[in-house]
Amino acid sequence: MAVNAAPRPRRGGGIRRGEARAGWLFVTPAVLITAVFLVIPIALALWVSMSDWNGFQSPLNPRVNFVGLENYAAITVEDGLDQRNFGTAVRNNLYYVLLVVPLQTIISLLLAVQVNRAALRGRGFFRTAFYFPSVTSTVAIVVVFQFLFTASGAVNAAIGALGISGPDWFNDSTGLIHGLLSAFGITQPPAALAEPGFLGISGWEWIAGPSVAMTSLIILAIFTTSGTFMLLFLAALQSIGSEIDEATLMDGAGPFRKFFSVTVPMLRPTLFTVLTLGLIGSWQVFDQIYVIGGGSAGGTISTPAFLAYRSSFVDLQWGQGAAIAFILFLFIILLTLVQRWVLTERTPRKRNRVAATEKIAANDSTSGGLR
Amino acid sequence: MRTSQWSALGLAGALAVTLTACSAGSEGGEGGAVEEGLELTMLIGSSGEAETTAVQAAADAWGEETGNTVEVIAANDLVQQLGQGFSGNNPPDIFYMPWDQFQTYAAQGFIEPYASELENAGDFLPALAEQFSYDGDFYCAPKDFSTLGLQINLDAWEAAGLTDADIPTDWDQLASVAQTLTTGDQVGLSMGREYARVGVFMNQAGGEIVDGDEITANSEENQAGLEYLQGLIDAGSLKFPQELEAGWGGEAFGLGKAAMVIEGPWINGAMANDFPDRRFISVELPAGPAGPSTYAFSNCWGMPVGSETKDATMDLIEFLTSDEQQLAFSEAFGVIPSTESGAAAYAEQFPDNSAFVAGVEYAESPVAFQGAAAAFADFNTQLESIGSAEPASILDPLQANLEAAYAEANG
Repeated sequence: MAVNAAPRPRRGGGIRRGEARAGWLFVTPAVLITAVFLVIPIALALWVSMSDWNGFQSPLNPRVNFVGLENYAAITVEDGLDQRNFGTAVRNNLYYVLLVVPLQTIISLLLAVQVNRAALRGRGFFRTAFYFPSVTSTVAIVVVFQFLFTASGAVNAAIGALGISGPDWFNDSTGLIHGLLSAFGITQPPAALAEPGFLGISGWEWIAGPSVAMTSLIILAIFTTSGTFMLLFLAALQSIGSEIDEATLMDGAGPFRKFFSVTVPMLRPTLFTVLTLGLIGSWQVFDQIYVIGGGSAGGTISTPAFLAYRSSFVDLQWGQGAAIAFILFLFIILLTLVQRWVLTERTPRKRNRVAATEKIAANDSTSGGLR
Repeated sequence: MRTSQWSALGLAGALAVTLTACSAGSEGGEGGAVEEGLELTMLIGSSGEAETTAVQAAADAWGEETGNTVEVIAANDLVQQLGQGFSGNNPPDIFYMPWDQFQTYAAQGFIEPYASELENAGDFLPALAEQFSYDGDFYCAPKDFSTLGLQINLDAWEAAGLTDADIPTDWDQLASVAQTLTTGDQVGLSMGREYARVGVFMNQAGGEIVDGDEITANSEENQAGLEYLQGLIDAGSLKFPQELEAGWGGEAFGLGKAAMVIEGPWINGAMANDFPDRRFISVELPAGPAGPSTYAFSNCWGMPVGSETKDATMDLIEFLTSDEQQLAFSEAFGVIPSTESGAAAYAEQFPDNSAFVAGVEYAESPVAFQGAAAAFADFNTQLESIGSAEPASILDPLQANLEAAYAEANG
């Protein structure tokens, strides 16, 4: 009996009796909240994405029929307006992500390094100033940007002083790469790129690059988010002890060598956080687009998140809206996994390098160095 | 084992709670027998403070008379808030139903076809009654209507040495005065770069979007309409508000960046509010090669299907669409009454706006069958290249998209 009781203390009496039950009791609120606000809505959205619900009454009423993958097919494989709208939105957002994520990461890292310098006067002021856009509502910033970027706005006045006539930013649908190609006299697609391709969008349209309007939004996104990420980097930088700085100094590493060989590798976990948050945030971009109006600039600023909203609330195609949201959801998860894999792949090398640095610091050695 | 049972139970419980909440029947009044003490909600897409106040005052007057209360909510985004109300099973009791969404809402069975039961059902202008009919049923009472006219900035007109005799009545004259009025910082003509303006020119050229059962969006006539506009663009006498840094035609007009615009009677309210010094007149749109044409826009008073406050709401709608009340709305925010007698009284009472009423004779309703809204949204996007593209390359996608939508709506 005693032998039996020993491995399963929870089942028997003793001091831990009822612990599991109490544990469940304590997590019940969290589980309930997660279920009501997350699990059930996701399950319902999945159902909607496979139904012909038109937004009238509950999606579970008996008039709603199961249509399988029809909604998914309409936006991905069936030729038509829905497919082209989705393809254009994916194209737009892809360029947005390709520019926003690297730029905001680099800029926020550089800002963090600058405001972390002990020698900088008025550090507090700069930290606050750089963080300020992040605590301001995006909508407010968009409105300010609209004024700055109108055809006769401050931005064009500034570049006009340099003798350049600026574009009508938020209304210009010219893709940057198209613009570049036209500078070389290429304004019509070669035959191979003219035919409708993936998601109903021709190759020529795929390589259009972000439109001028989208570029303004990219600048806006970098402006608003780099403050937040600067804060993350700053926290990580401050956890790098000054003894490491000293050690690299003793080893004769210059500021650049120190930055790339010591600081950046030690920031790798934060880098992962920033890249992941940036990637997710920029694939979900919605508010800026909504404020400006997703249909403007020749449809070049529409994104899947905006399209999901418009399909549902305006066109009453709730199934398609939910399908877009699900594709986006799966895509983001996939990308995050890929990125996690890419960043963890180098872990062994990173360990070695950090370990080496730490050993040097610990040994207080003046000989040896990093390699 | 045990833990998974617990969690399964918890999940099932939570699911049950939510599902019940979702599928609960509609709440509201008590079966329509009670005609007093009801609290109705009205969702409107207001053009501004003047409209909201006027509608609230009218609703209060009715409430006073019948012992009910009406809460008027001015929507920020009418279509979105309607969609939200219907999907949440809590639609407003009465709402503005926009013309471009009407067919979709009727086809999806969202709205009650009550209009033929109204006491004043026969008083509405036939074109409007037709616009708000779906499948032969007259669904909802037209709230009021507007047609498009040509607004002329009198200061610019006189400065260019033009007189009343020069008011354009056909395309050639329009092109010529637009050219005359175009100066360094003022363009002759402007209008929204959208189907609801550009389409007028396609109609004036004799084109139609739907001919019987056939989509004819890329017909020769429609192309001719776009070609005419391209001619104006090439001559520099037509620019769109975006190019003039204005939100819409009226703003470009008020700012003096455009000497003529194509807008409806709402321009009066907008000018009075934002640009009170602007002196202007509204005239009928010049006729095209195939005769005169303009668009008539109207919203109707929508009622959700199976409304439990149907009787009271219909009473309210009869009150709101009476000539007297509609003329009060005209006074407040410039719309034209939707009844024949009301429109006639309006033309007398507001001679400055007689051009808009005159347009009723030949006005057409913009095409808005179920699913067409998305196709026209795409067309509006395509129109951005109207300055450089071949008309056919703008109209062909519209043709294809409308054909697909039409097949789906009728198939």
